[in-house]
Amino acid sequence: MKEQNKDDLQRFNEGEPYDKQKVNRRTFLSFLTLGAGGIAAYFGWNRLYHEPLESEGATAGARKTLRGVLNANEQVFDKAVPGNHLAKTYPASAVVKTPKVNGDVGLDAKAIEDWKLQLVKAHGTTTAITIAEIKALPKTDLTFDFKCVEGWEQVQRWAGVKFADFAKHFNLQNELMNKHVGLKTPDGKYYVGVDTASMLHPQTILAYEMNGQPITPDHGAPLRLIIPVKYGIKNLKQIGTIFFSNERPADYWAERGYDYFAGL
Amino acid sequence: MKRLINKHPIAIRWFHWINFPLLAVMVWSGILIYWAYDPYQIKFFGTTWVKFFPQWFYDKYNINHRLSEGMAFHFAFMWLFAINGFLYVLYTIISGEWRYLLPDRHSWKEAWLVILHDLHIRRFAPAQLKYNAAQRIAYSAVIVMGLGSLLTGLAIYKPVQFNWLVLIFGGYRFARIIHFALTIGYCLFFVIHIVQVILAGWNNFRAMVTGFELKQKPDETLTSHERTE
Repeated sequence: MKEQNKDDLQRFNEGEPYDKQKVNRRTFLSFLTLGAGGIAAYFGWNRLYHEPLESEGATAGARKTLRGVLNANEQVFDKAVPGNHLAKTYPASAVVKTPKVNGDVGLDAKAIEDWKLQLVKAHGTTTAITIAEIKALPKTDLTFDFKCVEGWEQVQRWAGVKFADFAKHFNLQNELMNKHVGLKTPDGKYYVGVDTASMLHPQTILAYEMNGQPITPDHGAPLRLIIPVKYGIKNLKQIGTIFFSNERPADYWAERGYDYFAGL
Repeated sequence: MKRLINKHPIAIRWFHWINFPLLAVMVWSGILIYWAYDPYQIKFFGTTWVKFFPQWFYDKYNINHRLSEGMAFHFAFMWLFAINGFLYVLYTIISGEWRYLLPDRHSWKEAWLVILHDLHIRRFAPAQLKYNAAQRIAYSAVIVMGLGSLLTGLAIYKPVQFNWLVLIFGGYRFARIIHFALTIGYCLFFVIHIVQVILAGWNNFRAMVTGFELKQKPDETLTSHERTE
């Protein structure tokens, strides 16, 4: 309080002469503006809240405007924020004892027995790949913090082949010119679309092992996607088909109002 | 003899009233998100005293199963909340209003005197300009909290891209706890703020709408020629 100068004292202690007409006019106009602003905010909110949902496509279930913002956010955080960062990795001692099972959509125990991965290449030709072929490829071990869109996270340990290595082995250069990779369970009931850049991230793996053991059925045997730069909803269990597309492939949770990109 | 004190510049009034609904939407959509994973509670001696949140709360305010909706609102309104906050801080810097807002070296001691005065324990409050010492601390702290919400929010929104932020806030789990605790902080701030505004009365409230406060000047402070008018 010691440093107050003359102007401050003038403003807060002396003020200016009281003019009743001026005071009434300012009070009226100010409250009118506040009231009008409040009414505008109320109607603006009502309009947004009761806005029709987006038309159904690769995404659905969100209000039109909000879906627009989610898609714009993707541009900001995927394109404008530089860097292809690595997710933090952890020592084996940090791994959680029982990894959480949080969904069984599309899982089919009968499909594990004579499972083959259907790889849809350019021109629509399909290659069937056995789990033995995949296990013969270079193996990558990854212990990272798995993050669920619900808000929980767990340090989990997975192993498999990097998708980048897989793509190299099966000569997918042409296919990877597409902007998106689509993955589906054998029964087609769960499906995700992932941007090709995220699929080629060095920590994205097609996993066949959890904690050093073959993946159990409820965790997506025999092969599942582990992609640390995405929420769990994109980490599709029991991959049946992999395909490539310039358009956004259908995505189970994006059709239920969630962000398509779901990037971390 | 009434005098007119120009207390709040128009920019600050706009920022204030715009922030209120924006923060309300952020808190509401944040609760929709929190519902999906709601482990926080306050425990003493093995007993849960406060659970965030009890089922009746979710039921009453229609919170259940609205995660995707909450995320969509949260990640849209975050921009408006952040922009309004940044413009406010920028304005206080450029206009010099920060001088009445930031605590100075006397504020910490004076804040106690203000509190004692508010509790009717001490008769006189310390002299002040626009804000008393307790207000300076509260209104500066809430800005720091806002910055904290933006940064912890960014850390849990994009934890791989901003892994250094996650590190600063002690990990993903702790960043989420801070983000939540700050929200509880806003709610407490809001309650105290409303009580104080009601206690301070109409003249003070009107100033946040019109900008001015009216002040009764005791005659002895007037110069002799004013007194004769």
